[in-house]
Amino acid sequence: MNSTTANWQTAFFNQLVLKGCVVERISIASAMLWQIESRDWQLFAEQGLEEQLRWVAGWAEHNQSQFLVNACFEKQGLYLWLRTIITAEKPELPSQATVYPAASRSERHTRDMFGIEFIGHPDDRRWTRHKAWSENSYPLRKDFPVQGTPDHITPPDMDYPFVKSHGTGVYEIPVGPVHAGIIEPGHFRFQAVGELILNLEERLGYVHKGIEKIAEGRVPVSLARLAGRISGDTTVGHAWAACMAMEQAAGISIPPRAAFLRGILAERERVANHLGDMGAICNDVAFIFAQMQFTRIRELWLRTNAQLFGHRLLMDRIIPGGVACDLTDTGCALIRQDIVRLRNELADILMAVDLNSTLEDRLYTAGYLAPELAAAYGAVGYVGRASGQRFDVRKDAPYAPYDQISFKVAVEAQGDIASRFWVRNKEINSALKLIEKFIDLLPPGDIMTAWREPLAGSESLAAVEGWRGEIVSYVRFEADNKIARFYSRDPSIINWPALEKLVLDNIVPDFPVCNKSLNGSYSGNDL
Amino acid sequence: MLRLLKKTLLTGIVTEKIKAPTNDELEQLGIEIKRHIDKKFSGSIAIREVDAGSCNGCELEIHALNNPFYDIERFGIHLVASPRHADVLLVTGPVSRHMQTALLRTYEATPNPKWVVAAGDCAACGGEFGISYASCGAVSNVIPVDVVIPGCPPTPLALMKGLLGLMKN
Ligand code: SF4
Repeated sequence: MNSTTANWQTAFFNQLVLKGCVVERISIASAMLWQIESRDWQLFAEQGLEEQLRWVAGWAEHNQSQFLVNACFEKQGLYLWLRTIITAEKPELPSQATVYPAASRSERHTRDMFGIEFIGHPDDRRWTRHKAWSENSYPLRKDFPVQGTPDHITPPDMDYPFVKSHGTGVYEIPVGPVHAGIIEPGHFRFQAVGELILNLEERLGYVHKGIEKIAEGRVPVSLARLAGRISGDTTVGHAWAACMAMEQAAGISIPPRAAFLRGILAERERVANHLGDMGAICNDVAFIFAQMQFTRIRELWLRTNAQLFGHRLLMDRIIPGGVACDLTDTGCALIRQDIVRLRNELADILMAVDLNSTLEDRLYTAGYLAPELAAAYGAVGYVGRASGQRFDVRKDAPYAPYDQISFKVAVEAQGDIASRFWVRNKEINSALKLIEKFIDLLPPGDIMTAWREPLAGSESLAAVEGWRGEIVSYVRFEADNKIARFYSRDPSIINWPALEKLVLDNIVPDFPVCNKSLNGSYSGNDL
Repeated sequence: MLRLLKKTLLTGIVTEKIKAPTNDELEQLGIEIKRHIDKKFSGSIAIREVDAGSCNGCELEIHALNNPFYDIERFGIHLVASPRHADVLLVTGPVSRHMQTALLRTYEATPNPKWVVAAGDCAACGGEFGISYASCGAVSNVIPVDVVIPGCPPTPLALMKGLLGLMKN
């Protein structure tokens, strides 16, 4: 990340000082950390919104008698990392969710996991906690044992207070956690009149696996493996973000060849997932021809992954210090051939898709997410970019190898399912070009830098553009090369709330395709 | 419409036959599975997939079983929408504690006789997540398991081999 203080940061700093906010600026490995008093937490958010900062992430950390509460913001590709320290005796601070709706679930998660109260939070219901631990115990406090004290059978979460609606003809549809398809578990509560969706509430947390807790005490290689399993479809993205944060904290830089190989892996992951999603969107409107074609070319793509990199989904290819696999000249040639073939196939299939009127009927104007709403929620990735939000970490806060090439970020403006379909197609095209460029420029040399044990207390924040959008990872080391705290913000955490908005006024039968067009990760959200 | 037909015709049938690389294995496997299904399940078997806490990697490969290369329906294997229609539960992930009751209820809802396949390292032994305040670990810690398919995630071929293992049991 860029650590220079750009103009808006200076002006913003002065603005805060004028408002009576005491800001201490601390330079850390990769970023500028601004530390403020807890009483100014909300004031900062208000000023930030005025300055048009995007809320990016929030997480906390327990350190003996204190809690460190962090938030991250972004504007024009510059990240601002905010921190305040509160005492463990009275763990409370004013909520930022009153200002930024995107901070809402994050603060609820922090409250469930640490017992930190965000005063004035508009929604006091629990979020990540169901019934696996009691109301007064907090898994991410250091004195909470990793094994916890679970019941033999964890009871179902029956008494979550969903929003109710009344009136003639209004009825409720509960769906999940176990769904009809092969998808992840989560609960959706609809209020509908006839077929029209009046309200949708998401209840997630079913696949909470304690990732943040079990990350503690791991060594870098083991954390990279875990990060690569936060969301299986984003194994490259998460492993990269976690490794980048660890490398920055340890002060090591990876060899240029490793950076280019990471770029190739990440773009291959993007292409594979977009192909899968485009097929699945077609499937949800019963256009099986396209589904079969997309799954077919996806399978070919995965087979090349297995042949060249040894894993169909590319798990564990990114490791601390570099990558675990190299590419030979023959490998590069094969990738090029594959790309040519894929382009031809896609051109054929998309022509057929584009001329199909059923698809047009179902996808255009459905699941509309207004650009203003996308901006208000800070929507990222293809969800943001289909509603006019341009931000792309690769472009706006570039890291190696993206800092060495130029490329166009695909944007669509209509905000409907069709936009989210076509923006994926554009992203595939740009990913294919990127892979070709990376191969052209692939520098010779090592693919690994030797690991150097970081000092106890070293920390860092890293951002990469996963296939779903921006991923932000935080790590802090303790002594002996061990992880003291790890947090990763999957793009789904940001995008899920947008689904509750974009389904409104759609019909219940269109929910699956609306959901697929956003395709949030449940696992990445629940951690 | 003509374009659809043209593309469909030009694509031809990619479903893998005896000669494709490594995939005579697939075809042989399929034939063998089909034989067992014919004998023991009168021609078809219904599988209900349950994600009990997976990272979603396993789901991607289970999905792939339906792509035109594997097309497992041709061997009589159907992935169905409800446990009430299922002979087999195909469970992935370590069982998160928040999914424990849901998995138990899904198991109860599946009519007898029923079988459980634990797919993926997590389902087999807890994998990267193990047992914790949030995770029960292996599927067998929650419901009885008949067959385990290792792999992270198991490839579509490994999944088919695992299912064959179940038939042979
Ligand atoms: S076995 Fe691997 S792919 Fe499957 S759920 Fe576990 S971590 Fe994910």
